Amino acid sequence: MLDINKIRADFPILTQKVNGKPLVYFDNGATSQKPKVVIDAIVKYYEEINANIHRGVHTLSQLATDAYEVSRGKIQNHINAKFPYEVIFTAGTTHGINAIANGFASILKAGDEVMVSALEHHSNIVPWQMLCEKTGAKLVVIPMNEEGELILSEFDKLLSDKTKIVTVNHISNALGTLNPIKYIIDKAHQFGAAVLIDGAQAVPHLKPNVQELDCDFYVFSGHKICGPTGTGVLYGKEEWLRKLPPYQGGGEMIATVSFEKTTYADLPHKFEAGTPNIAGGIVLGTAIDYLNEVGFENIQAYEHELLEYATSKLLEIEGLRIFGTAKEKTSVISFNIDGIHPYDIGTIIDKLGIAVRTGHHCAQPIMDFYKIPGTIRASFAFYNSKEEIDIFVEAVKKAKTMLS
Amino acid sequence: MTIKEIQEEIVDEFSMFDDWMQRYEYIIDLGKSLPLIDEKYKTEDNIIKGCQSKVWVHGEQNDDKIVFTADSDAILTKGIIAILIRAFSNQKASDILEANTDFIDEIGLKEHLSPTRANGLVSMIKEIKMYALAFNAKN
Repeated sequence: MLDINKIRADFPILTQKVNGKPLVYFDNGATSQKPKVVIDAIVKYYEEINANIHRGVHTLSQLATDAYEVSRGKIQNHINAKFPYEVIFTAGTTHGINAIANGFASILKAGDEVMVSALEHHSNIVPWQMLCEKTGAKLVVIPMNEEGELILSEFDKLLSDKTKIVTVNHISNALGTLNPIKYIIDKAHQFGAAVLIDGAQAVPHLKPNVQELDCDFYVFSGHKICGPTGTGVLYGKEEWLRKLPPYQGGGEMIATVSFEKTTYADLPHKFEAGTPNIAGGIVLGTAIDYLNEVGFENIQAYEHELLEYATSKLLEIEGLRIFGTAKEKTSVISFNIDGIHPYDIGTIIDKLGIAVRTGHHCAQPIMDFYKIPGTIRASFAFYNSKEEIDIFVEAVKKAKTMLS
Repeated sequence: MTIKEIQEEIVDEFSMFDDWMQRYEYIIDLGKSLPLIDEKYKTEDNIIKGCQSKVWVHGEQNDDKIVFTADSDAILTKGIIAILIRAFSNQKASDILEANTDFIDEIGLKEHLSPTRANGLVSMIKEIKMYALAFNAKN
């Protein structure tokens, strides 16, 4: 069981007032808030051990390097990667996807196919479109149904020997759908295709087991799991990381450099050119520790409760429609009210202290599918409360009255 | 009336409101009453893609003045458009070019004209100025 009052006390920002009202933060899909332990760890790093890593012989550099590598190990354990060097620190999910899409430019040829899904965030569409433009490969899209679920029978039909990589999100950012990625991974592997999982929206709610999933790549951002912005992880199977060329050139990623020839450093450094976000990388480990202390089983059970509660409360509002009604979904509610623009509702409830996302959620193809300009998205985290949901529902009702 | 005079009048009107709720209710009413842009001008060419809300704006010459009509798919945006149209429409190009939008701050709607707001209003003002610029160059 999760002690919500104790948890809420861990997050200093939750006591903020916005527009004179207590903050109700339901934009967790965009970024999570940070617990005090994470904020303190950032300060502690800069006050006590700040130094550049992997190059100094001096004590501070050693301490910083050790802390950075300890964090890598924590992440390895968290996602159950086989080796620590399969965990690459990145600036975020987008960075991870681009690194792999860029690497595949050396593998793909004209006529090959790259498969994405109709549920993707723009960051898991655009890098692959760029790759296709560069290589002459074709972008193929797994369609979705009205509930916001991928149509697996169509996916089966689209797969062929031409499919070189399949890239889908674990959980949809716009609708909250939990995708059957194990099925997708296994099926794609039968055709020799690699699989990348965009885990950005999944990692706040669950602990991915990359070996069990058998995905070739799994990417996520640190800022959505209580970590600092500008942090992220690219997990890749060793064989793939060895096979792909590095994404960026620079310091840290080399073994030897001469003007005739440079040889690359071993994993993971091959993919970590330049001075990384050292504090961020270290503190991401602190954030993961914190989440594991709360416990993902507790988080899931509690968030499910919030989702059910909010869904039933919202559906009491006449004319309200929820988009994304998949059987398997996480604590995200995307909705509209008949005849009212999502932007108007978002603006008015902001005045009442409530933070939600409005718009297309960087997933325009989904909005086009439903023929809507956007939605209002409330995304809940384990530190949200039922009382906040009550305040939110009342605010939506008030906005509806004002705008009707 | 000059643009300045109209803006002062609007500021005056808004000073009657005690809180944001009254201001917003007024904007919503304005949004509902704004004469819609002629359907034929709601074209791709006239659309300002604001990311969140769409804005259509059309300018037309009327003797030595420019008349603007506009619309939006979001009602708050549309209400603020009504205020902007009231200030800038049916004015001389040179006056439009000289005028600013500081009065929007004074009526407590500053955040709606923030470039990060993504509602199309900042681009709409730019568009109005562009019309005036083109009009000036032509005459």
